[in-house]
Amino acid sequence: VGEARRALQLAEVDLAAGLARGLRSFRHGVHPPEHKELTAGAPIRRMPFPEQVVLPLRQHAGKPARPVVEAGDRVERGDLLAEADGWISAPVHASAAGEVVEIARWPHPDGSHAPAVRIAVEAHSAQAPRPRLVPRWEDLPPGELVEAVRQAGVVGLGGAAFPAHVKLSPPPGTEIDALLINGCECEPYLTTDHRSMVEYPERVVLGIRIMMRCLGVERAVIGVERNKPDAIEAIRGALPRDLDVRLEPLTVKYPQGAEKMLIEALLGREVPSGGLPMEVGVVVQNVASVATIAEVFETGLPLVERIVTVTGRGVRRPGNLIVPVGTRLRDLLAACGGLRDDAQEIVFGGPMMGVAQANLDVPLCKGTTGVVVLSEAECKPAVAYPCIRCGHCLDACPVYLNPQILGQLALAGRYEEMSEHHLRDCMLCGCCSYTCPSHIPLSQLFTLAKAAVRRRERDGAG
Amino acid sequence: MSDARLVVSASPHLSAPDSTPTIMWSVVASLVPVVGAAVFWFGPSALLVIASATAGALATERLFGPGGALRDGSATITGLLLGLTLPAGLPLWMAFVGGAFGIGFGKLVFGGLGQNVFNPALIGRAFLQAAFPVAMTTWPARAASWWSLRGDNLAWPLMQARTPDALTGATPLGLMKFEGAGTGLGSLAIGATSGSLGETAAVVILAGGAYLALRGHLNWRIPASILGTVALLAAALHGLDAARYPGPLFMLLSGGLMLGAVYMATDMVTSPVTNAGCWVFGVGIGALVVVIRLWGGLAEGVQYAILLMNALVPFLNRATQPRVLGARRASSS
Repeated sequence: VGEARRALQLAEVDLAAGLARGLRSFRHGVHPPEHKELTAGAPIRRMPFPEQVVLPLRQHAGKPARPVVEAGDRVERGDLLAEADGWISAPVHASAAGEVVEIARWPHPDGSHAPAVRIAVEAHSAQAPRPRLVPRWEDLPPGELVEAVRQAGVVGLGGAAFPAHVKLSPPPGTEIDALLINGCECEPYLTTDHRSMVEYPERVVLGIRIMMRCLGVERAVIGVERNKPDAIEAIRGALPRDLDVRLEPLTVKYPQGAEKMLIEALLGREVPSGGLPMEVGVVVQNVASVATIAEVFETGLPLVERIVTVTGRGVRRPGNLIVPVGTRLRDLLAACGGLRDDAQEIVFGGPMMGVAQANLDVPLCKGTTGVVVLSEAECKPAVAYPCIRCGHCLDACPVYLNPQILGQLALAGRYEEMSEHHLRDCMLCGCCSYTCPSHIPLSQLFTLAKAAVRRRERDGAG
Repeated sequence: MSDARLVVSASPHLSAPDSTPTIMWSVVASLVPVVGAAVFWFGPSALLVIASATAGALATERLFGPGGALRDGSATITGLLLGLTLPAGLPLWMAFVGGAFGIGFGKLVFGGLGQNVFNPALIGRAFLQAAFPVAMTTWPARAASWWSLRGDNLAWPLMQARTPDALTGATPLGLMKFEGAGTGLGSLAIGATSGSLGETAAVVILAGGAYLALRGHLNWRIPASILGTVALLAAALHGLDAARYPGPLFMLLSGGLMLGAVYMATDMVTSPVTNAGCWVFGVGIGALVVVIRLWGGLAEGVQYAILLMNALVPFLNRATQPRVLGARRASSS
């Protein structure tokens, strides 16, 4: 049965290639098993406050924030811990009331040790609501609205953690005519966007309204994969009558939620190689980020917590949890019943692009969409075979690269030639590695090659 | 909750269910009915010849290949495919040598699995054809009983084979080319003709190919374009001069075309990686097959058509790179 299903899926890929416009999708891509059933029906629940939280100064793309507190300071929930350092940066706020223990290097989800503010959470604190820190949105003109979003420390919550205010302030002269909301959640296992849409459709719609005002656009389209009928129904029920906001169901395929793929699917526009969505008049924001923007204005608190899917066969009680930013992985897993005996790999983010963790002390950051605990049976095999030139990677690559050639060049260390084969356009989605029958770690090779090219360019320039 | 046992690997952390060995062994599995058809028509000789060719391939891979290479199944495929292109009466030692040559000089000298330019089974066959032209074109006719050997299978190496003339018959393509005689399409489809072992079961081969294509283990564009090209060219020529040129169905069902189009040309290692390249590759093979069969010196041209196009694969790959998403079109640069 599994084989027949896979054959049908492959047939669908070919069909989709022929009818890309009609089916509302992009060409190529892969169909990993979804495994969303583990948490798709689990209502979002709040996790109890842990004994300590660790807030890295770098939780976003761009420059790390600059600390404004010192060890021994007492902070309330929502207080500023570190301010943005420059335009492409974001402030960090206390996610729980307590005392700053230290500002020191701490294990970071990217595998390094990076500066972080560690707070001992006050025991038995009410973590009470307090006077509004974020102004009301209704009275603000667009410019101040964006500034309020910036002050609240909102970043893209879909994984890349790009500061939200940067996307909301297109440079002068850029014509933006559409806001796209990414509700695809095409990564297997993850269900945070799904549950947000089902449980808080009004909040999502409010976030869209605020963003449309920031950008001054007339039109917004929400893209949701067809495998979330309850989310589609909930959002459709909450759509405003006074705004041009549509919901468009999309084919279930990875990486449907990648910006370029979503733009191709919803608008039929092609983002130029090396360019940004703004160049084709589009801003893309993920459902979780949109909901967070609304939440920040609703509660008056900056971004101090987020929804995280904790899932996989390796964790005892999978679920969707509201988690204070900076919660250590150890505490989060404890809140989910702990690990099973066959747990083998813990991934921050989805299993296609997420980062495996080696240390249970790493904190959850603003951009952590999920924690996937893969059991032994779910992990990929470790043996690699020689490339047999089957071409499956070419059929999978959503930007039409030739991962087969790129892989050969990477193994030979011929990085300059890789640039000629458009290495720059690779977005490391992992489709090629996923589909490779010889289990060649193509994505990993390309990550290394990109770093090597960057190094050489820097050295050459300096 | 100890941290010691955690695995840390690069993303993606999942992989598709297929692996190189499962692909190879599913090809082997799909060849079983084809071998069965060969045994049905040619008796124990078929089994002996195929087994010898496979043994030669496996022994060479085991002796000179990387350790554990037999497990990936690719040498088994080479052996089976080579065996299916041989005449039933071939001395077994020749089949063995063919398998060994195919793996040794068609694959291992290039660096093993994934590195070879030419289809190893066809390299083995081309070698046998050059070395033993008579034995390779001695096609057995209907035998007295299913159990009797179809030739001098057990001849000693380098000794003259003692094949009595009465036992031989011409292949349908040979009949057509050299004697101007036709063969019934029904006999061709089910394989009730004279010829190499795998020449004789078009329907079984197509079924195996369909199974592989559905599982995504075979690029359907290659057989589709080969068979389509042969059919179109044959139909056009047949329309011009029906007396001289055979019809498309005869061309499709006779000779090694089915086996070549479905199993040999689709060898992943020696066919293009791009889909556009696969179309060109297939059209090229189809055209060469028609040219060699109708105007060349040989009765059958599938083997050389595929080998010639194999040589063009690196060029085809380079010429058919897809346009990267968002890249400016060539004209504007």
